[in-house]
Amino acid sequence: MKKHLWRIIIGTAVFIAAIAVGSDIKWLQIALFAASYIVAGGDVVGKAARNIIRGKVFDENFLMGVATIGAFLIGEYPEGVAVMLFYQLGELFQDYAVDKSRKSIASLMDIRPDYANVKKGDELIKVDPDEVRVGDIIVIKAGEKIPLDARVIEGSSMVDTSALTGESALREVDVGSDILSGCINVNRVITAEVTKEYEESTVSRILDLVENASSKKSKSEQFITKFAGYYTPVVVLVAVFLAFVPPLVINGAAFSEWIYRALSFLVVSCPCALVISIPLSFFGGIGGASRKGVLVKGGNYLEALARTEIMVFDKTGTLTKGVFNVHEIHAEGISAEQLLELAAYAESYSNHPISASLQRAYGKEIDNRRISEVEEISGHGVSATIDGKKVLAGNIKLMDKMNIPCSREELAGTVVHVAVDNVYAGYILIADEIKADSAQAIKELKAADIRQTVMLTGDNRNVGAKVAKELGIDKVYAELLPGDKVEKLEELFSQKSARGKIAFVGDGINDAPVLARADIGIAMGGLGSDAAIEAADVVIMTDEPSKIATAIRVSKKTLRIAYQNIVFAIGIKITVLALSAFGLASMWAAIFADVGVTVIAILNSFGALNVKNL
Amino acid sequence: MKKKFILEGLGCANCAAKMEKAIKELDGVREASVNFITTKLIIDGEDEKMPEIIQAAEKIIKKIEPDTVMKKA
Repeated sequence: MKKHLWRIIIGTAVFIAAIAVGSDIKWLQIALFAASYIVAGGDVVGKAARNIIRGKVFDENFLMGVATIGAFLIGEYPEGVAVMLFYQLGELFQDYAVDKSRKSIASLMDIRPDYANVKKGDELIKVDPDEVRVGDIIVIKAGEKIPLDARVIEGSSMVDTSALTGESALREVDVGSDILSGCINVNRVITAEVTKEYEESTVSRILDLVENASSKKSKSEQFITKFAGYYTPVVVLVAVFLAFVPPLVINGAAFSEWIYRALSFLVVSCPCALVISIPLSFFGGIGGASRKGVLVKGGNYLEALARTEIMVFDKTGTLTKGVFNVHEIHAEGISAEQLLELAAYAESYSNHPISASLQRAYGKEIDNRRISEVEEISGHGVSATIDGKKVLAGNIKLMDKMNIPCSREELAGTVVHVAVDNVYAGYILIADEIKADSAQAIKELKAADIRQTVMLTGDNRNVGAKVAKELGIDKVYAELLPGDKVEKLEELFSQKSARGKIAFVGDGINDAPVLARADIGIAMGGLGSDAAIEAADVVIMTDEPSKIATAIRVSKKTLRIAYQNIVFAIGIKITVLALSAFGLASMWAAIFADVGVTVIAILNSFGALNVKNL
Repeated sequence: MKKKFILEGLGCANCAAKMEKAIKELDGVREASVNFITTKLIIDGEDEKMPEIIQAAEKIIKKIEPDTVMKKA
């Protein structure tokens, strides 16, 4: 690159000298122009010649060579040299910009571990993560990257998952914990047994995903590739036409004038600006999203995300935590603590999730001596004798069966009614908890122009309606069987516009068919769940629904940048082509339309990498 | 079988697109992609034809961009 730069500097100096000499000493000026040209553009002409021998004609070197030599032949010496100088300067800029973007993308994906400390006997050996096998024992010191997925066998520490999730939350690990490659061990040494080879480890899978994402091209990228395929030949053909036809047809037209116009065409004929900047924008967007803990599996999905009109959510595990907790204790005649105690005791023999949440809420040891005659009444609840009193705990059907009048209020969640010696003692409401950022997520999605939010759930109507209302979701379909979810999604397809897309968000485990049917399947909680990563088009590494809004914003920004570049590059090129065809633009404008546009478009696509505030 | 290569010195995005197109059309290639930004070439092709595919791909690359070197990743 340095050599390149020196050539441009020397070439420019000689070029200035040639202008300073002036046209008084014609031969000297021409000689200086020629010298400047050879210094600056000799290699371009050389490459062009080599490529022609190889049978490859329409490359940029050839086009530039023809354009500049042509300028010389018609006596436009300064133009010929200047175009070459600017072209080289532009190439230098372009190389620099491409290099810089490659580096910033590389740093974006700098989660690849460089080595693993493998324990062999008493020795620690540094090896390439590739060479470590399942069952090997590795040691991860404080501050080091975890090289492969493993299970801790000694020590405890905190690990930073931010490289994978975009969230700088620390996770505690202990003997028996699974640790994921790509995370950083923060404070203490841990020893672990490798559970997956490098190729199968989390970090390698994520990098693979992001790198391969570019093979699934977006419509804009496909359009540009096609466009580029036609653009150059068409422009060159028009240039040839311009050079020869008008001078022959139009009376008094000078050959040199038309050839000048034709040469300007050749200068603008490379589609580089588009071919570089569009994929760069998409790749930047995908890389930026991965930094935020959102994996997008292809440019096509990023594009679809930006067009999402209807966002469909699964409820449990997506908008809610999927963990059932005691929400409300309504006691009658006894204290709330007593009611909870009785319910916890009565249900203590059951292994139902409801029982688990009661035990959790009660929080004390169950003394088995206080409880006897436990009887499960299938589909209703339990009856047990506690401290000599007969306690019934169960649903409303149980109360009806025993003819005990009870509260009939419709509540969102599972209700456990309790009766002591056949007298109603109140109820305990157990419900799933809404995730902390669910409401925020829905709000942000609406702000990002998602037209409709829909929730699908297998849960009962009350629960569904309550959650939807609390979150501000537009529509809810409740009491659905797994098969019904696909059907409901199909119905929604008729409600979107032709270009709009439907996205479905689920946990990626139970809803694979729905994920597959939607235009974009988004899975939550991808970290450590291979199933979720496999099934979806977009994977949210954490459990936070607000990341979906982040993904939408990244996609919209990326698409905006890509469109800006398309419109700007094609617009300028066509304008300059039209102007030079009519002799209104000089070769100087043409060189701007080629190199200047490329550099500006690349700089613009850098923006897609920047996702800090999204 | 999927093979990955690094294209050192890949300097022109249009060339990358041309390489991709030409390699895709080779006999036995199911899918091929050239990523200009990561300079990676991924070829997915039939196992038996892989050696010939790789040779042909090398030729294509040399022809389109003589300064680019195809290396095993």
